[in-house]
Amino acid sequence: MDEVQYIGINSIPIVALMSTFIGAVISLQTASNMDSPLLPDYTVGYITQSSVILEFSPTIISLILAGKVGSNIASEIGTMRITEQIDALEIMGVNSLNHLILPKVLAAVVYFPVLVIFSMILAMIGGFVALVVSDLQSTETYVLGLRSFFDVSNITYALTKTVAFGFIIVSISSFYGYYVKGGSLDVGKASTKSVVVSSVVILIANFIITKLMLL
Amino acid sequence: MISVRNVNKTFGKQQVLFDVSADFEPGRVNLIIGQSGQGKSVLAKSMVGLHEVDSGQILFDGRNFTEMDKSDRAEIRQEIGMLFQGSALFDSMTVEENIKFPLSMFTKMTKKEMQDRVDFCLERVNLQGRNALYPSECSGGMQKRVGIARAIAMNPKYLFCDEPNSGLDPKTAIVIDSLIKDITYEYGITTIVITHDMNSVMEIGDNVIFIHQGKKWWEGDRHSIITTDNPEIEAFVFASEFMKKIRSSLKERIK
Repeated sequence: MDEVQYIGINSIPIVALMSTFIGAVISLQTASNMDSPLLPDYTVGYITQSSVILEFSPTIISLILAGKVGSNIASEIGTMRITEQIDALEIMGVNSLNHLILPKVLAAVVYFPVLVIFSMILAMIGGFVALVVSDLQSTETYVLGLRSFFDVSNITYALTKTVAFGFIIVSISSFYGYYVKGGSLDVGKASTKSVVVSSVVILIANFIITKLMLL
Repeated sequence: MISVRNVNKTFGKQQVLFDVSADFEPGRVNLIIGQSGQGKSVLAKSMVGLHEVDSGQILFDGRNFTEMDKSDRAEIRQEIGMLFQGSALFDSMTVEENIKFPLSMFTKMTKKEMQDRVDFCLERVNLQGRNALYPSECSGGMQKRVGIARAIAMNPKYLFCDEPNSGLDPKTAIVIDSLIKDITYEYGITTIVITHDMNSVMEIGDNVIFIHQGKKWWEGDRHSIITTDNPEIEAFVFASEFMKKIRSSLKERIK
């Protein structure tokens, strides 16, 4: 339950903030750049829905979580390593890898998709609010766009990516934390390295999963 | 009893332990002393399996720890209590949760039995009523005492203490030393203490092993350390003029 709090619930504010504003910006940019009379008005809602579901929520939110959750995990486990807390677990006969990392992996795999669905909803609401405030388009047309060509398999694709990204973030940051050697400076370095490596691996995995599932 | 037989340990190309053999008897405080970087911590960590030895045997009451698989080692480790140099308390847990942790992992005790055991352990180290404190709210001496309470929670047969007095004032160091000694005698534990502290050597050293250049250089009790003519022991224990004076006066008395 601590891991759910730590990985899932504590990430809600940043996910909410990012999603709402990026959803708002996507809809505003699309609406303000739609000059062609050949494009139907509901395109704004459709583009917001597609970009949020396919890419923004699963990938960008995962990259943000790689920074927030990943660095936190690497520094927590790294500090436990250099202060001999992991040795203390081993001496007691506890399998420290299972005890420390498995609950984090499970929490990430279960709760990252929940966060991403939450992000999708908030991003679309953000787009709605932006259009109301700017008066660039009627909300009915925007909602029609959100509902147009809605494909459930896009959600499956997005959540599959999210589960993979959750696993990547926790396993890479745990690896760097668990095998850290030295002192507090090295814990800081491990934390930074875990974020960089997680982000790169997420981008590569994103490409591979997209190639496998969408093409 | 813990027996170390012909243990060798290398890190990369550097050999740290050379054919070390020693016996550590139960109900006695066994001290491993030596200068920094001579291999005493490596020896202790090899004994509990935090380092794998290159060759040799570690026997816990005849059970060969070095040849055991992970699950058998885990069983032996439940008989080991360890006090770490920095206490190694779990900083996300309170004092009570730290002591309860091994009990909840490895015993089928009821909540009431666990609470009683925690209270007993805290009382044993004179920390009754401090259950709800977090390690960061405890002083260095209190952290060591909580470390001892956690180490004895499972009624260990073997107790390892890695520099228990480092960073403590002399008065608190004496408290920790007497706790270790009392617990060892009271429960007949095989206790191994790694220390630099000469006061500890003279106060609680029933059996003292001097590690020098990765080898067991000398072994004796706290009285014979004063009379020995071993030059390395002299250089290590009686390095200062003050200690030399104390030694000559003690030598006179022993004569």
